[in-house]
Amino acid sequence: MSLLASLPLYPLLSFLILISFGKRLSWVMASWVSVGAMGAAAFCSMFLVNQLSTSDTSVITAHMWQWFSIGSAKVNVSFYLDALSAVMILVVTGVGFLIHLFAAIYMKSDENFTRFMAYMNLFIVAMLVLVLADNLVLLYLGWEGVGLCSFLLIGFWYQEKSNVLAARKAFIVTRIGDTAMVIGLFLLFKSLASLNIAEINQLAQTTISFTSNSMNAAHSDAYWAALLLLGGAVGKSAQLPLQTWLPDAMAGPTPVSALIHAATMVTAGVYLIARMNGVFLMAPEVMNYVAWLGGITLLIAGVAALAQNDIKRVLAYSTMSQIGYMMLALGAGAWSAGVFHLMTHAFFKALLFLTAGAVILALHHQQDIFKMGGLLKRLPVEATLFLVGLACLIALPGTSGFFSKEAIIASLWSSPTAGPSLWWCAILGALLTSIYSCRLFFLAFLGKARFPENLVISDHIETNKLLRGALFILALLSLFGGLVTVDLSSLFSSYKPSVVSSIDSPSWLHIVAIATPFIGIIFSWFYYRRYRIVTDEPLTASHSAWIVFCRNGLGFDTLYSTLLIKPYCFVAKLNKNDLFDQILMLIAWYVRIWRDILSVSQSGSLRWFAAAFGLSLVGLICVVTL
Amino acid sequence: MTEIPLTHVLILSSLLFIIGFVGVVVRKNTLFMLMSLEVMLNAVGVAFIGAGSVWQEADGQIMFMLVLTLAAAEIAVGLALLIRMQRRYRTLNIDVLNQMKG
Repeated sequence: MSLLASLPLYPLLSFLILISFGKRLSWVMASWVSVGAMGAAAFCSMFLVNQLSTSDTSVITAHMWQWFSIGSAKVNVSFYLDALSAVMILVVTGVGFLIHLFAAIYMKSDENFTRFMAYMNLFIVAMLVLVLADNLVLLYLGWEGVGLCSFLLIGFWYQEKSNVLAARKAFIVTRIGDTAMVIGLFLLFKSLASLNIAEINQLAQTTISFTSNSMNAAHSDAYWAALLLLGGAVGKSAQLPLQTWLPDAMAGPTPVSALIHAATMVTAGVYLIARMNGVFLMAPEVMNYVAWLGGITLLIAGVAALAQNDIKRVLAYSTMSQIGYMMLALGAGAWSAGVFHLMTHAFFKALLFLTAGAVILALHHQQDIFKMGGLLKRLPVEATLFLVGLACLIALPGTSGFFSKEAIIASLWSSPTAGPSLWWCAILGALLTSIYSCRLFFLAFLGKARFPENLVISDHIETNKLLRGALFILALLSLFGGLVTVDLSSLFSSYKPSVVSSIDSPSWLHIVAIATPFIGIIFSWFYYRRYRIVTDEPLTASHSAWIVFCRNGLGFDTLYSTLLIKPYCFVAKLNKNDLFDQILMLIAWYVRIWRDILSVSQSGSLRWFAAAFGLSLVGLICVVTL
Repeated sequence: MTEIPLTHVLILSSLLFIIGFVGVVVRKNTLFMLMSLEVMLNAVGVAFIGAGSVWQEADGQIMFMLVLTLAAAEIAVGLALLIRMQRRYRTLNIDVLNQMKG
């Protein structure tokens, strides 16, 4: 078996061991198994990527077996490693390994530790299947697998109702996108008669019936297929219409938020669009939608992040906004920039989440930033690491976030499917990013300590070098990850020549883009002055209507609740005694009547039986003889 | 010796059988039910013997021997059950044993 095929096996084995032995494993054993498996997978993927870069071919494949076949199209269980999936497996296993290491210590005292690590490992398996799949059906298997693990891990502390509700919400909302995606798969199969990703990208460019409008259709198949795939991506990546689940998903343990809801799973939508670039290029309108969705999401999420009180929810909205950037890049046709930002974002957002987790743990599960403050003196290492993460998020020059975000912004102005208005969106988003990052840092780490005076900072973390080690590596990756140039341009096909425009970018664009974060920092330095200076006046979250509206994610939850959930529940309540069920219940009623009649005859009295026996014999004889 | 017609034999046999059957159904005391069962068996025996004598064959009498043996075996088991019933329920009323009620 080749190395590539064995890659998801390590976490799978670890998952099986953990789930079958459960609590019988000690903490040491369980963490060695799960973290060791992740280490092996990370090592393996590094080796594979090295192999990929040195070999002549640009692709490594591993065919395992044929799953099923439809007509002439075969659906194989086989893996396909090219530069795009190489980036993804490096992120998934590398960042995944560090987060596992962190999680092993973070969750040490939890009584269901083995179950937690087992789910985390299963998630890695599903994610690897997703990014390595060579056909869309296998990709969909991984896609649903990560959805399942996300559900299990958000609701990991299932004794609390709010966690379970958050898990259910995440599951149902992403399922809406997944349904769109699977219809897209059917459509692709119908029009291209193939499910292999490489083949589809090839065929999409050459099949005329796919791209041209048929007689009475307003749009071509390519348009609909791309739109439906976008639906799946939107659900998974928490973009505009389906973004409401991500902030609530923060109910899960912090390593889960770092691994699933920041670094890997939520970027699966970005991966899907990048992977299916052949289809999307044939539908420039949809690429325009992608760009606009990303642009609007990044603004909405940025505004919402400005009003949050919970440290994890700030980071959740920031994740949403950064994925908006990736979508914007994909929509503008800057595939490499989008994937590059995916990678750097995985580094610094994992760092931010894990550091936030360390802070939360040190403050005994206090997540409200209005009850933190002054932590720079109490937790200097964590504060520094957090600052590094925020610097990358703001895209200060020199950090990895700078390279990737600038690459995105630079590509927008002249792109035929984006344009100057989206460029301004991105700039405004960058401004918002720096403002909410500053607000977060000021509130949590500067100013007066607002937690109780006698609160003992738990030394759980202080002593743990391993935990800090994971954070330091992530910090190094966040700072210097941008120096690795990810050139995927050979991988992606370019536009049809007809749509390439020749708008030249003005020269001041770069200066504005670089200056924007600094403007944001200077603005918040003065605007949020009372957050950072030590004063005696009490500091509480504002309760003005506008702030509360932003805090609740700009009212999307309320909107969906009144538009969809309440009518649905109303109809469900009306039909509480299900009409169709009643018809079916007639059969049961008929059976029950006969049962009652017959059970009366079974009196249990022997003399009754004898009499019935005799009388029926007489009756029988009468019938036969007469 | 006058020949008894088969019809009379069968009428006697049927009467005995009906008396026995009514006894089984009507009586509550299990001992009397067993005795009524014996009456029914003997009614069958009468029919066999009568038929055997009409056809001048020994088969009817052989069958009666079989019925007798069966009856003896049955009554042995029946009486044993009767004793158990008396020990357990302190009564011989058959209607007490109605636990097979549906």
